[in-house]
Amino acid sequence: MGIWEAVLITVITAATPLLIAGMGELVVEKSGVLNLGIEGMMAVGAACGFAVAILTGSTILGILAAVGAGIALSAVFAFLVLGLAANQVASGLALTILGLGLSGLVGAGFVGTNREAVPAIFIPGLTTLPGGALLFGQNPFVYASLAIAFGTLWFLSRSRAGLTLRSVGESHVSAHSLGLKVLKVRLMAILFGGACAGLAGAYLSLVYTPFWSPGMTAGRGWIALALVVFASWRPLRLLFGAYLFGGATVLQLHAQAASIGFPSQLLSAFPYVATILALVVMSAGRRSATAPGSLGTPFVPDR
Amino acid sequence: MRLELVPRGDVSPVARLLSPVAALAVAILIGGIVVALMGRSPMAALQVYFVEPLTEGWAQQELLIKATPLLIIAVGLSFCFRANLWNIGAEGQFIIGALAGSILPIWLHGTEAGWWVIPASLAMGALGGMAFALIPAMLRVSFGVSEILTSLMLVYVADLTLDYLVRGPWRDPKGFNFPQTVSFDWTLPYIAEGGRLHAGILVAPLVVLAAWFVMTRTLFGFGIRVAGESPKAARFAGFDAGRMVIASFLISGGLAGLAGMIEVLGQIHQLKPGISPGYGFTAITVAFLGRLHPLGMVFGALVIAVTVIGGENAQIALKLPLDLTRVFQGVLLMCVLAADAMVSYRVRIVAGGR
Repeated sequence: MGIWEAVLITVITAATPLLIAGMGELVVEKSGVLNLGIEGMMAVGAACGFAVAILTGSTILGILAAVGAGIALSAVFAFLVLGLAANQVASGLALTILGLGLSGLVGAGFVGTNREAVPAIFIPGLTTLPGGALLFGQNPFVYASLAIAFGTLWFLSRSRAGLTLRSVGESHVSAHSLGLKVLKVRLMAILFGGACAGLAGAYLSLVYTPFWSPGMTAGRGWIALALVVFASWRPLRLLFGAYLFGGATVLQLHAQAASIGFPSQLLSAFPYVATILALVVMSAGRRSATAPGSLGTPFVPDR
Repeated sequence: MRLELVPRGDVSPVARLLSPVAALAVAILIGGIVVALMGRSPMAALQVYFVEPLTEGWAQQELLIKATPLLIIAVGLSFCFRANLWNIGAEGQFIIGALAGSILPIWLHGTEAGWWVIPASLAMGALGGMAFALIPAMLRVSFGVSEILTSLMLVYVADLTLDYLVRGPWRDPKGFNFPQTVSFDWTLPYIAEGGRLHAGILVAPLVVLAAWFVMTRTLFGFGIRVAGESPKAARFAGFDAGRMVIASFLISGGLAGLAGMIEVLGQIHQLKPGISPGYGFTAITVAFLGRLHPLGMVFGALVIAVTVIGGENAQIALKLPLDLTRVFQGVLLMCVLAADAMVSYRVRIVAGGR
């Protein structure tokens, strides 16, 4: 395996959780709902996924538990913002506070436990080809993340249901008057976002590290949120942004390992500063608003 | 099955006042269920979390010490939240305030400088928090960048800056390599015999009174409320939206920075990693629990301070993890938001989907 192939693979490794969680949030925001709770759902996904994988010895069950936990938390969020028309920003923050706490309760018993990382795929004859490890030797999560990305792209731009979702997000009043079920569409979108955040969390604790430690999400949920804005709510740009961001993370890790004279904290701060700069560049270059029209506003149908 | 929301015509002020109390009761109930699920006695937990912090003498002092930074930060945040601006980076502004305020005591360490260092440090703390809050505010006004994400990202930057300074240039040379600065020669005086109650707690009531005055009796406060409730009306009335953003961020950043410096000068007496146990985030719950009203937030800060002390005690007495407190705070915030909705709407459960 060549050096560039190795670098690309580490970039993909760092980008995958951002891609999964970001794609989920993109769908949620396209339906007009802002869920700031990704960080919390990811943390719970990481803790539940790891705990169940250790207790049952099954990676599949761990992943299912993580996805289930993400869905359950997002259902609580949906109850607040759809059922009770509560403020979305505050509800999302509450979800993050709750999620970070819950992940600590679930994970506390598993600190210091190690587990084999979910292995990468190996197809004899293909993986060993030049460039084969890149195309045929990735972790199953990587293929899943790409499937989610291209599936979302197809769903939003080519399917009737995707069109419905976008119109609900663009103007819930018009969508409602056309007889579209605004709240039902939003509920589905929120649950999908929760599932994705849970899956991204499972990736962190079952593949990326692979162990559980408090605060292991380290702001990735927030970065995924920023990626959605950075991508101007477009799936392909989000894919590109996630890999760009993965690349920046890897660069920073290598710089830290090589100890090129910068204080390590400066390098650790790099992803967060880069996110802010990326948001500035994207927002400054934008001529017209690209955010879904109803983003963040609660909808109460009149009878 | 679905929920149907019917707006209530006029809402009784009593209901508005009691909704946070009802939310607290529901949150305690849910917390009790969680404790029972963890195999502990909910009654014992209730005793440790909510009764002992109010009855034991030492805990009453601790209550005020913990409530002070929470209240000061929350009052600042309420200006942003009222204007529908989402500064969620008060944690970062708290830390940067503590850093900026510590410049003088570290620089003057071992000199004969007088008591003026204390007010000067507090002022620099507030300025530091303001400067740090100005970043998301300016980015929003100039480039239209969402203040939610930038203010949050800056928390990580602040945390790492503190870590760098106390491990690098500001580390105490005689500190056996511990990541901490020198002990400050100037600290806030104690105001109770033999206790830990410091003069910093007197700042909180002043901040509350000033905030109440500004919010209800000045044109600026009126502008903030209009901007939050109806941005269009605010524009027609001639309130400059950009200046409102800058002003509310300066207020909340300044107060968070001041709280950070009070915490350092009153309690910790030096800089080290982890000077804030998440006060900046917890204050968000305080602000909503107090319904963004200065007096309400006094209640909110005291309630949350009780759970913070209760959580520390429960860790020792009942071996309940500290994360339980965070879970409780998350649940409480959700209950407050839900109760708010139920005050504004009549909620009906209807069969069938929509």
